[in-house]
Amino acid sequence: MTTTTLGAHHDDEPGVVERARWALADAQVMTRRYLLQLIRIPTVLFFSLIQPVMFVLLFRYVFGGAIHTAGVNYAEYMLPGAIAQTASFASFGTAIGLSYDLGRGLIDRVRSMPAARFAVLAGRLSSDVVRSLAVVLVLIAVGYGVGFRFDNGAGPAILMILLSVLFGLAICTIAAFVGLALKDPEAVQSFGLVWLFPLTFVSGAFVPVATMPGWLQAIARPNPVTLVVAVMRSLAYGGPITPHLLESLAWIAGILLVFAPLAVRAFKRAS
Amino acid sequence: MDRGDHPAIVARGIVKRFEETVALDGLDLEVPSGSVLGLLGPNGSGKTTLVRVLTTLTPPDEGTAAVEGHDVVHQAAAVRRRIGLAGQFSAVDDHLTGYENLEMAGRLYHLDRQTAARRARELLERFQLSDAASRLAKGYSGGMRRRLDLAASLVAHPSVLFLDEPTTGLDPRSRLDLWGVIRDLVRDGTTLLLTTQYLEEADQLADSIVVIDQGRVIAKGTAPELKSRVGGDVLTGTFASATDLERARRALAPLAAGDAQEDPVTNELRLPVGSMGSRALLEAVRLLDNERVEVLDLAINRPSLDDVFLALTGHAASNAPAVPTKRRRRGRQATAASLGSETR
Repeated sequence: MTTTTLGAHHDDEPGVVERARWALADAQVMTRRYLLQLIRIPTVLFFSLIQPVMFVLLFRYVFGGAIHTAGVNYAEYMLPGAIAQTASFASFGTAIGLSYDLGRGLIDRVRSMPAARFAVLAGRLSSDVVRSLAVVLVLIAVGYGVGFRFDNGAGPAILMILLSVLFGLAICTIAAFVGLALKDPEAVQSFGLVWLFPLTFVSGAFVPVATMPGWLQAIARPNPVTLVVAVMRSLAYGGPITPHLLESLAWIAGILLVFAPLAVRAFKRAS
Repeated sequence: MDRGDHPAIVARGIVKRFEETVALDGLDLEVPSGSVLGLLGPNGSGKTTLVRVLTTLTPPDEGTAAVEGHDVVHQAAAVRRRIGLAGQFSAVDDHLTGYENLEMAGRLYHLDRQTAARRARELLERFQLSDAASRLAKGYSGGMRRRLDLAASLVAHPSVLFLDEPTTGLDPRSRLDLWGVIRDLVRDGTTLLLTTQYLEEADQLADSIVVIDQGRVIAKGTAPELKSRVGGDVLTGTFASATDLERARRALAPLAAGDAQEDPVTNELRLPVGSMGSRALLEAVRLLDNERVEVLDLAINRPSLDDVFLALTGHAASNAPAVPTKRRRRGRQATAASLGSETR
């Protein structure tokens, strides 16, 4: 028996434009949902906002005095690093949120609806971008309180913010894949610690890479966090931008090209 | 299909494998438009997998299925516009209010903003959640969550509704409430496929019942048909001593519709009594009293899922050792309730 004998209708398939319009609307609905969650779950709000501020203060006042950065005060040196780290750590929320939705049957629910299949994924990542942007702005405000200044004008400052958010999105895409593949929120959380701490600390985010032992420098120098933070510093207070910018963008593009399809595949398979 | 108009749900030879295990093993199913099908089976029998196939969440490895004439694989989008699904885990968002949950569902079913808002209010009213509409779903009771979940599956007026174990884990009171809600729903002509582990639930809600085990249909029919295959009601008595048990067996012989089972350890007797209902109980009391048998406990039980399974397959409903006891106990609770209503 084939499907055609079961009485196929083709009466109401919407066109491509219509479908794209709905897909956008669906992603918007999900974005709103995740942003509402953000406001309403105190622990999420804490980890998204208070923890990064705490890091800035800890590094500025506890470790800052012991770290020597040539030609620039430590507040200025460290803040782009703290921002990049925060953008990376935000991916905890992505991974845990998706694995939680999966476990609760929310993703299945949405997938049984006429909503665009990837509305959940797209909405999650857009909400993460909005969240990153908000947290970055808060960190900059805190930075101004502890001695950070944009010495290079408004244009580069805006570019720095955009670069950090874009980098955060790339990391969140990795996390989306991890969350959907591992499925268990607790496993996802532990796994996040395992890769995010080395990624952000074995880098030039908080200390000059040259102060590390040689073998560690070999890991820290090509680390995308090192590269992105170097570009961010140049944008914030001047210096050569181009070489590291190309490398940073290559990293971001590479991560998105590899992990966006993987996340989509994990989403399709997830049940 | 032979009547020209196609049934609401058709499945032919559905096979679904997960690595080593075969979840669905050539399953056929047909649900006429506007009817309620109870899909009955123990944990792991393939109920949920079948629902996932029919709601386009999982493609089958073999076979075809269509909902309202639309193939679940090749015309999945058309199927999704016509169905509602409420799963075993209530898929409500804890951090949204009841209203927000329904409004979001409406938007995802592509209702416009006003319609989604109106529909959300309508459903909250209908499911007696209006008072809780602006509270976060986190604070809802189990029964309220299920009602909200069910409401979300109805936002877009689906013509076919799938409810996967809608009352599992609910207390008896909430279960009865939800049954009422579901009955009202199908009165409007919605086709319903309902999976359950409880014979009682299928009996209460379904026009016809399909029993599945290890991914295959092992029986279908109405609830009375299935029960008659089990041999009807079972009289269970516990007696003070082995002598009393023996005397009871002889005294009750006139009621027997099948072979009695005796448990010499607990002095328990199980006797099939056919479809006499509560009359069997009254008659039994009279017979035992005549013989002065000392009775510790006497009850009439409707057949449980275990009884149906035993009769149909020769094995108990579950392979896991811990589950049957639990299930049997649940079966008995339901029995006590139904006996009350029969006597009235």
